[in-house]
Amino acid sequence: MSTSAESGRRSSVIIQMLSGTVGRYLSMLVIALLLFGIIILISGRNPITSYRELFGSTLGSWRGFSEVLVAMTPMVLTALAVALPARIGLINVGGEGQLYMGACAATWGALTFSAAPAWLLLPLMIVLGMLGGALWALIPGLLRAMGLVNETITTLLLNAVAPLLVAYFVFGFWHSPMDTNRTPNFVEAARLPTLADTRIDLGLLIGIFLLAAFWLFMRYTRWGLEMRAIGGNPEAAQRNGVPVKLYIVIVLCAGGAIAGLAGMAQVSGYYGVLLTGFSRGAGFLGFLISWLSFGNPVSILLTSFLVAVILTGGSMLQLTTALPYAVINILLAMALFVVLSGINIFPGRRTT
Amino acid sequence: MTALAILGVLSSALFSGASLLYATLGETINQRAGIVNLGLEGVLLISGATAVAVTSLTGNPYFGILAAVLAGGLTNIIMAFLVVTRKGNQLASGLALMFFGFGVSALIGRAFVGLRIDGLPRFALPGLANLPPRYSSLFQFDMLIYLAIPAAVFVWWLLFRTRWGLGVRAVGENADTAFAAGRNPNLVKYQALFAGGLLAGLGAAHLTIAYVLNWSEFMTGGRGFIAIALVIFSKWNPIRAIAGALLFSGAVAFQLLLQASGVEISPFLLDTLPYLLTILVLMLWGGSRKYAAPASLGRVYMGTE
Amino acid sequence: MTDQLTTEAQTPPLISLRGISKSFGEVKANDQIDLDVHASKVLALLGENGAGKSTLVKILYGFYQADSGTIEHQGKPVSIQSPQDARALQIGMVFQNFSLIPAFTVAENMALFFRDLGRVMDLKKISGRIETISERYNLRVDPAALVMDLSVGDLQKAEILKLLLSDSRVLILDEPTRVLAPHEIEALFEVLDNLRADGFAIILITHKLKEVMDIADQIVVLRNGRVAGSLSVAETSEQKLIEMMFARPVTEFQRIERPQSEAGEALLELKNVSTQAEGARMSLKAIDLEVRSGEIVGITGVSGNGQRELADLVLGRLPATTGSIVLHGKDATGFSIRRIRREGVAFIPESPMAMAVAPYMTVLENMAVPQIERYARNGGFTIDWDTIRQEYTATMEQLDITLSFYALARSLSGGNLQRLVIVRELAHQPSLIIASYLTSGLDVRSAIAAREALVQACARGAGVLFFSDDLDELFALSDRLIVLHSGKIRGHFTPDETSYEQIGYLMTGSEASDEH
Repeated sequence: MSTSAESGRRSSVIIQMLSGTVGRYLSMLVIALLLFGIIILISGRNPITSYRELFGSTLGSWRGFSEVLVAMTPMVLTALAVALPARIGLINVGGEGQLYMGACAATWGALTFSAAPAWLLLPLMIVLGMLGGALWALIPGLLRAMGLVNETITTLLLNAVAPLLVAYFVFGFWHSPMDTNRTPNFVEAARLPTLADTRIDLGLLIGIFLLAAFWLFMRYTRWGLEMRAIGGNPEAAQRNGVPVKLYIVIVLCAGGAIAGLAGMAQVSGYYGVLLTGFSRGAGFLGFLISWLSFGNPVSILLTSFLVAVILTGGSMLQLTTALPYAVINILLAMALFVVLSGINIFPGRRTT
Repeated sequence: MTALAILGVLSSALFSGASLLYATLGETINQRAGIVNLGLEGVLLISGATAVAVTSLTGNPYFGILAAVLAGGLTNIIMAFLVVTRKGNQLASGLALMFFGFGVSALIGRAFVGLRIDGLPRFALPGLANLPPRYSSLFQFDMLIYLAIPAAVFVWWLLFRTRWGLGVRAVGENADTAFAAGRNPNLVKYQALFAGGLLAGLGAAHLTIAYVLNWSEFMTGGRGFIAIALVIFSKWNPIRAIAGALLFSGAVAFQLLLQASGVEISPFLLDTLPYLLTILVLMLWGGSRKYAAPASLGRVYMGTE
Repeated sequence: MTDQLTTEAQTPPLISLRGISKSFGEVKANDQIDLDVHASKVLALLGENGAGKSTLVKILYGFYQADSGTIEHQGKPVSIQSPQDARALQIGMVFQNFSLIPAFTVAENMALFFRDLGRVMDLKKISGRIETISERYNLRVDPAALVMDLSVGDLQKAEILKLLLSDSRVLILDEPTRVLAPHEIEALFEVLDNLRADGFAIILITHKLKEVMDIADQIVVLRNGRVAGSLSVAETSEQKLIEMMFARPVTEFQRIERPQSEAGEALLELKNVSTQAEGARMSLKAIDLEVRSGEIVGITGVSGNGQRELADLVLGRLPATTGSIVLHGKDATGFSIRRIRREGVAFIPESPMAMAVAPYMTVLENMAVPQIERYARNGGFTIDWDTIRQEYTATMEQLDITLSFYALARSLSGGNLQRLVIVRELAHQPSLIIASYLTSGLDVRSAIAAREALVQACARGAGVLFFSDDLDELFALSDRLIVLHSGKIRGHFTPDETSYEQIGYLMTGSEASDEH
């Protein structure tokens, strides 16, 4: 094992990294709150009371806190869907589309096998969801491996195609008798179990499990090592025998599968039905979260939580300030701007 | 399929395509300078809401257009600040800008949701007005539609026949070479983003106060992303963008036409055409160096810029 | 002839370099160099790879600053701190990686640099100006052509054009004819002739002695950073130049003591192998090559003549279009890199940071990657780090190398990085080692250690394909020597059979002489 001197050095590096990260998040929050507070002022409300309501409702009550966890669930998965391919230098902006396709495939399963028992149906839907997302990432992966088109562009474009395909299926084949833009509600067996009387579904646990698995995978397995080699220096990895093209396709599909899983969790857990246009940008938020977290699993968890707090608080704000829900996006965007512009009022050591 | 029906499709394409064309022209200028703005959707939303708000408040659509144009330019300046001055990641900054647009547009537009607006007046070109009403009614366009194609030509001229345009393209290919030639790459990028924002604002204005004539949240419906696809599809050439905009916008109208002839194609599937066509084009011409993206834009997509 | 000499003695030099010295770390690239550049003259700068030519002109162009020495321009001392300064003195340089924008037309590239370009581009005026200069010097390039479509010869002309349009009077060309076809070379020389007649001063870095004799007026030969000779073309010949560049008394080089082992089985056989040229790459043509167990086969040539391609071919990174690659008697044509490595092929490149390691992984992790199949356990879910550490510790002891397993690769010096790669590649008794310029850029100790490691491996039966620029090293180590030129094998000897001059001839594409 490493010598104590080396462990000592490593832990002080970690502490520095953490303080830099914490500093970054804190500044992100503080400055964003200030800026958003100004907006609240301009629209004629008291920022202090608004913030009190926002945080009180989300963090102050168990109900509110559970809603935060609910909002967090899809983002944890979509962030991982970006972080995994990012380890080998791939840019997956297609989480949104992969999520939709996963939801689509899972819905097909739910509607076709609605008579099956839950212990059969749910795993099937999970597999279908992952397959749907993986398939959506296959073409971008192949095109990139062949050196034809960058995955950034293809995943971005396919993002827009997926919801249209979903709408096509819903309108054309699956819609409920009363409503042309939604399917009938899923049977009980097709619903992911929830925790107690909250709306937190199994998706959150799966997400946390996958994040942990990701961390372990990258650190301990042979494939994790090879992926890190590719991410560190693709040419060297290739010369060292690592099959880079194969990894490109498989890893991008794996990312798609995880995003597809997020989609499945959304329709099976949260909604219980497939609505056209159900996603509120979870895929894009996943990209931002992964990027902000430098792909680090713990950071992803924390950042998703933060973003979820902001978004959930937004629903509360809507009720109390008569501001439309969408306005909370400004707070979110401000926070992002602050981090993107590198402003850090508590500078620690930069992590890269 | 009568001549009237075809003209109907064309007319419809022109109506819905004008805003798309303006947005595409704006984004073309950005991308020629090496910057991809994923937040275009947000820029369009902010400008569109501004157009509605100002038009409603002043009763004058021309003020609305002006305000929208400025709003677009300013919003893109935020992008410029993040990406050029602070050297932030372009993709992430663009997405953040998109969310910003969701929120700000909702804030600006909240008082005007659903309000009917007296938009830009429509008129037919002299000569066309003398056609029988079935035809002439198809060709009552507002001023922005008439200006759309000339605008594309203007942007082409700007990029390929002026000193400024040469600098923009040089920066987008190789900022170091541009610098060696005496340009200030950062300044050029700011200028390009501002100009691009002005055009995007114009497109959004057309959408809200000339075409749809009201405001609702998220009403741009993905036009920002369609525009980005169109920029790529037209290979960063403003003239080709004209054809592309007509093609992309004509799809829905075309679908109605097909329906009338008894052919049923889902409008959703037709709506996927812009993106699928763009991917196809990329696959076919992906290796070609002549139609490649501006070099530093390529590096953004690779993650190395 | 006498007139030439007297006129030269009378006209003062346009630029004078005196006592220029420049070191990079331990390596002395330029050592007390004196050089005169005259208007209306072509000065050829000759020397082997690494003789210091590039460094010298880069100092003149302002990319580097000399450690000591002076530069005078028209008799006045000047300081050139950057390319801007050089350009202000009307010094221009044509680079090997061209500086034009490929997506633009020639005209647009030129226009970009015009100082008086109007707000609206007057295309006629731009074309007109280009054509005037083109015609004057016979630099025919189509202004409307896209730079990416230009042939290499035309690219070069466009680069020169650009310099002329920005008022350069001193033109530096670094190996301009390396990638040109004969007719393109002719065209270029015509241009240079016209320029010279018009008063331009031209500095030409080249390896091609025949060309030097054709076009140059003055010749300066550099060797190991010093001026080995400065003379006019009239005073010399190709033969004399080669002697100046390469000759060494036979007693000077020492062969490294090696346990004599009979060359054994054929480890690698290349049979009539050719590859395709892609972009800037050289194509290999009909290569027949053999490496036997226990022998070191040295490969040399002027850089860019196919060495990299040959190394990549054997590694499996470059596909062969014809012919076959045989490893251990097995047909290995088309094997993936991983399969080739499994057959016992190791690869030690130059610049390990670029080609062999991931900067943010530790030394131990970098060592594990190429042979990870050996160390994966439980189907790949775990890695046997203990065994890895054991095995590599043993190898380090054997090679007398110490490295810390947990340091990040990026924190290592060049020499230590190379040590890392050597330990990694030699640890598993490879049968064939591709050593590609492995001592380039290394300090003396590291270089010696690297060569030692190779020799040891050979003694154990490995075969080595040894690429190098350093003729001393090659003559000292190789059992057989091969010279590559334009992707073909030009010469194949044992060191006893040949001399530095003969190798020099073959490297530079001159006619081979049979005698030493």
